[in-house]
Amino acid sequence: MFRPTRILAALAAVVWLAGLTACGQAQSTTSAPETTTEAEGADAACAAYAQYGDLAGTKVTVYATFIDQEGSEYESSWAQFAECTGAEIAYEGSRDFEAQLPVRVEAGAAPDIAILPQPGLLRTVAATGKVKPAPAAVAANVDKYWSASWKAYGTVDGTFYAAPLGASAKSFVWYSPAMFADAGYTIPTTWDELTALTEKIAADGKAKPWCVGIESGTATGWPATDWVEDAVLRFAGGDNYDKWISHEIPFNDPSILESLTQMGKLIHDEKYVNAGIGDVQSIAAEPWTDAGYPIVDGQCYLHRAASFYQTNWTTLDESLVVGEDGDVWAFPLPGLTADSKPVIGGGDFVAAFSDRPEVQAFQAFLASPEWANAKATATPQGWVTANSGLDATLLKSPMDQLAFSVLADPGVEFRFDGSDLMPSEVGAGSFWKEMTAYFAQDKSAADVLAAIESSWPK
Amino acid sequence: MDLLLHPESPGDKLLLMVIAIAIFVGVTGAILGLLSLPKRMPRWVTPLGFLAPAVAAVCFGLVYPATVTVGNSFKDRAGQEFIGFGNYVQAFTEGQFLIVLRNSVAWVVLVPVLATALGLAYAALVDRTRFEKMAKTLMFLPMAISMVGASIIWKFVYDNKVGLLSEAYVGLAALFGQQVTAPQWLMNAPANTGFLIVVMVWIQAGFAMTVLSAAIKAIPDEINEAALLDGLTAWQLFRTITVPMIRPSIVVVLTTVAMTSLKAFDVVRTMTGGNYDTSVIANEFYTQSFTNQNKGLGAALAVLLFVIIIPVIVYNVRQLRKSEEVR
Amino acid sequence: MASKSPTARWISRPPGLTRAERRLVEAKNRLTSPWASALALVIAALWTVPTFGLLVTSFRGNRRDITSSPWWEALAPANWGGFSLANYETALGPQNKLGDYFTNSFVVTLPSVLIPITLALLAAYAFAWTEFRGRNILFIAVFSLQVVPLQVTMIPLLTQYVNWGLNGTYWVLWLSHAMFGLPLAIFLLHNFMREIPRELVEAARVDGAGHVQVFLRVIMPLMTPAIASFAIFQFLWVWNDLLVALAFAGNTPEVAPLTARLSDMVGSRGSAWHLLSAGAFISMVVPVAVFLALQRFFVRGLLAGSVKG
Repeated sequence: MFRPTRILAALAAVVWLAGLTACGQAQSTTSAPETTTEAEGADAACAAYAQYGDLAGTKVTVYATFIDQEGSEYESSWAQFAECTGAEIAYEGSRDFEAQLPVRVEAGAAPDIAILPQPGLLRTVAATGKVKPAPAAVAANVDKYWSASWKAYGTVDGTFYAAPLGASAKSFVWYSPAMFADAGYTIPTTWDELTALTEKIAADGKAKPWCVGIESGTATGWPATDWVEDAVLRFAGGDNYDKWISHEIPFNDPSILESLTQMGKLIHDEKYVNAGIGDVQSIAAEPWTDAGYPIVDGQCYLHRAASFYQTNWTTLDESLVVGEDGDVWAFPLPGLTADSKPVIGGGDFVAAFSDRPEVQAFQAFLASPEWANAKATATPQGWVTANSGLDATLLKSPMDQLAFSVLADPGVEFRFDGSDLMPSEVGAGSFWKEMTAYFAQDKSAADVLAAIESSWPK
Repeated sequence: MDLLLHPESPGDKLLLMVIAIAIFVGVTGAILGLLSLPKRMPRWVTPLGFLAPAVAAVCFGLVYPATVTVGNSFKDRAGQEFIGFGNYVQAFTEGQFLIVLRNSVAWVVLVPVLATALGLAYAALVDRTRFEKMAKTLMFLPMAISMVGASIIWKFVYDNKVGLLSEAYVGLAALFGQQVTAPQWLMNAPANTGFLIVVMVWIQAGFAMTVLSAAIKAIPDEINEAALLDGLTAWQLFRTITVPMIRPSIVVVLTTVAMTSLKAFDVVRTMTGGNYDTSVIANEFYTQSFTNQNKGLGAALAVLLFVIIIPVIVYNVRQLRKSEEVR
Repeated sequence: MASKSPTARWISRPPGLTRAERRLVEAKNRLTSPWASALALVIAALWTVPTFGLLVTSFRGNRRDITSSPWWEALAPANWGGFSLANYETALGPQNKLGDYFTNSFVVTLPSVLIPITLALLAAYAFAWTEFRGRNILFIAVFSLQVVPLQVTMIPLLTQYVNWGLNGTYWVLWLSHAMFGLPLAIFLLHNFMREIPRELVEAARVDGAGHVQVFLRVIMPLMTPAIASFAIFQFLWVWNDLLVALAFAGNTPEVAPLTARLSDMVGSRGSAWHLLSAGAFISMVVPVAVFLALQRFFVRGLLAGSVKG
């Protein structure tokens, strides 16, 4: 027989040795890029960064979902900050961010700064008590450049943690201006006009009106939840929308059922979907990334998707021009009346797990118009923010400018993407799943909503 | 220190790797050296020396986390308050749970049986043929493909527009004069679970084939030769000599594939996301633990994985006893 | 075949085995029915056709064709113009720095294969050829650990690694892969080790060899095929691993393996099948090469002449 105590002793020795090596190492890695003569030459450009102080020799780790091209756009947006202040910004992006971050936080390996893709995750990590409240400089920037509701999305139980960073506007309908002109269609300005246009396109018979796709791998169903939210904001109204998200009214409240039914009239009907792809069931199988493409082939006229869908067009075909006179363009999904402008949107938020001065300085920088401008300069297309300090002329793509104007318009009735605010069991679980069943298995609207309601955590 | 912990250049990384291997070889050599000292040692020292490194490693890497998990399964979603069997009750009363359980049982029975049968048949059929290497590589290929790769491969089989299965179905129907459109294969339960199982069998058969092929080759030639001289046909040889001789390996393969397919969720996750009644316990475990951050319920589901596999372990214990008697 | 194996010299083998083997092959060929050959062919085809589809897809230049027309249509001579290397050029392009990630994968994999095999061989020997109380229970406990989902280990282990200050280094990747590979390694190797005839071991023991000598001189040479087959799989799992690497080392260019890079290439918007299909083949090349290389050790007849009667 062997004695476990010996093994433990041996293990303890290994652990202790490992600890020693780690301690010796901790001092040696935090070497920042040297700011030498080159930096002196760039003094003028650095004037704006003087407020953040001299951070030479410090390091801030940043963890986010942005990878590849998108990741390097972010890195270049703060390159100037790093150069002028002397702080090293160590960026890591991962597609597995949402599963990995809570693990790292709990294990004590949290990054200094995490860019959370949705407020629901902020609530999860804030519950661990390891997120630091936003410093005064960040709060000041957010008060100045964002609306109160945006600040509220970064607030948990009365404590303001996370400043908003990027944003997106989701209530758009993509179309081909040339196809509309050929057929003599005009942009609908009310929901009734949209319904009339849908019927007319179907009657003309050249192609089906809508193409829809909600397949998104493990997140299949989310594009459908955006559709539902748009319908709820219109047919149940803003107040009910808020109550619906906070579960003050049940998920299957009659007003929500009415909204889903109205949505179904457009896209849960063989007559109106799913051009060039298949029947209603095919909506569940069609990847959302590809679902708008039949427009280019003249097989459908309308595709509801967010502003960031613009990058999908050019991924498909680099020669496609996104713009009012281009190959594809978008109009806002109309409200019930021509003067109402209901819009669903989303955004990401900056949470800090450390309150070291350099981390707080970087946080303040990310909440400033300087950063927004630097990011706009670094991004060819597909990024906007609700930071009103952004110089809109720096946005390079017309779609980003349109989205920014929507986000900045005080007349817009803006609501945050509801599924991002609901508990993840619903917002990233049953809501997706049941909407998928609604299309794939022809589950009735009432059954879908009842099933989601029963999954709401008690 | 930087070389040891954070090597930058490829050369430094390779050097670090060599250092690590050298340390490991040194330590292992020292253990073996100590054990072969001519001194008389108590009997327990040898097993201890051979076992200690491996047992210490699995204790730290698997037993300790598993214990934490069992503890968590009796706690609330944040892993703080003790709530008794609440999570288990919730797991069993969840509306979908019976379907999930049914699917998991289907996976854990069908995948090992089919993968082992096909792998064994194939290993025996191509053994000693001129094309053996080539043929074995073909069945091994799916194992070498990453999960993401495998899910694309099978998308091009099951897709109802451009899928191979769909085309074959439509073509076959046309032969009989029928005009049909292909169904959405992955959306119609319970057949869709069968289609997902096919993917897992496709991947795991390569494992079964490789291990069983090694076992077949370990059968001494004299035995085969004697059997052939007795006038046995190839089929009789396979049935009466090959299979009984490699029986322990078959049990090992069945067990391993059963455990692998029980805890595998990536096929389900990447191909249907658990929709259309195809979810399995491992997928629910992942969803609860990571998407919903419900540690307690996630842990309870992980414990259930272990409970389901108990019959397989009991079967192994029996086999172990049986062969012990034979020796 | 077998007679060329360098390890075979450890075993006394009767002369004429090669001839006997040749006779067996002949006998087999004579006995194998056309049905059996047909069956082998059908299985091989079923296993290969889906992968072949991916191969064809990876050479299709037009991203939209991939999802709108079946891959076999690209094989029609009229459509050959659609083939291009563009997907591979993009995937292997200099901005992806696949070479660096390739080094990382290699550095992670080699020790992660070597360590568990060595430790498992030692443990399997103890389980198979030494006597101690509780042996069977301990063995069952160890192989049952295969069922532990790796996801449950992430938080407890990472917490320890952070305490040691070793998270984000190669050391924890080697350690983790070794620990996770052990239950199966012990299970498989033990199975093969028990098949070794008792007489061989006992003869050596009678000659005065200690356990260490028996292990090194008698057992190890006979284990070659088993070691080769397990090495293939451990290599594969480590090479294709993404979970362990992301959890313990993170997705940084310093340590992240090839799989992390390939998975990122899909892009945050998903479904870049043209790149995925090319990437899947790039990452497949190495495991297949390892499989082919290690097949050499799948030798027959190591036990020849060792069985009495």
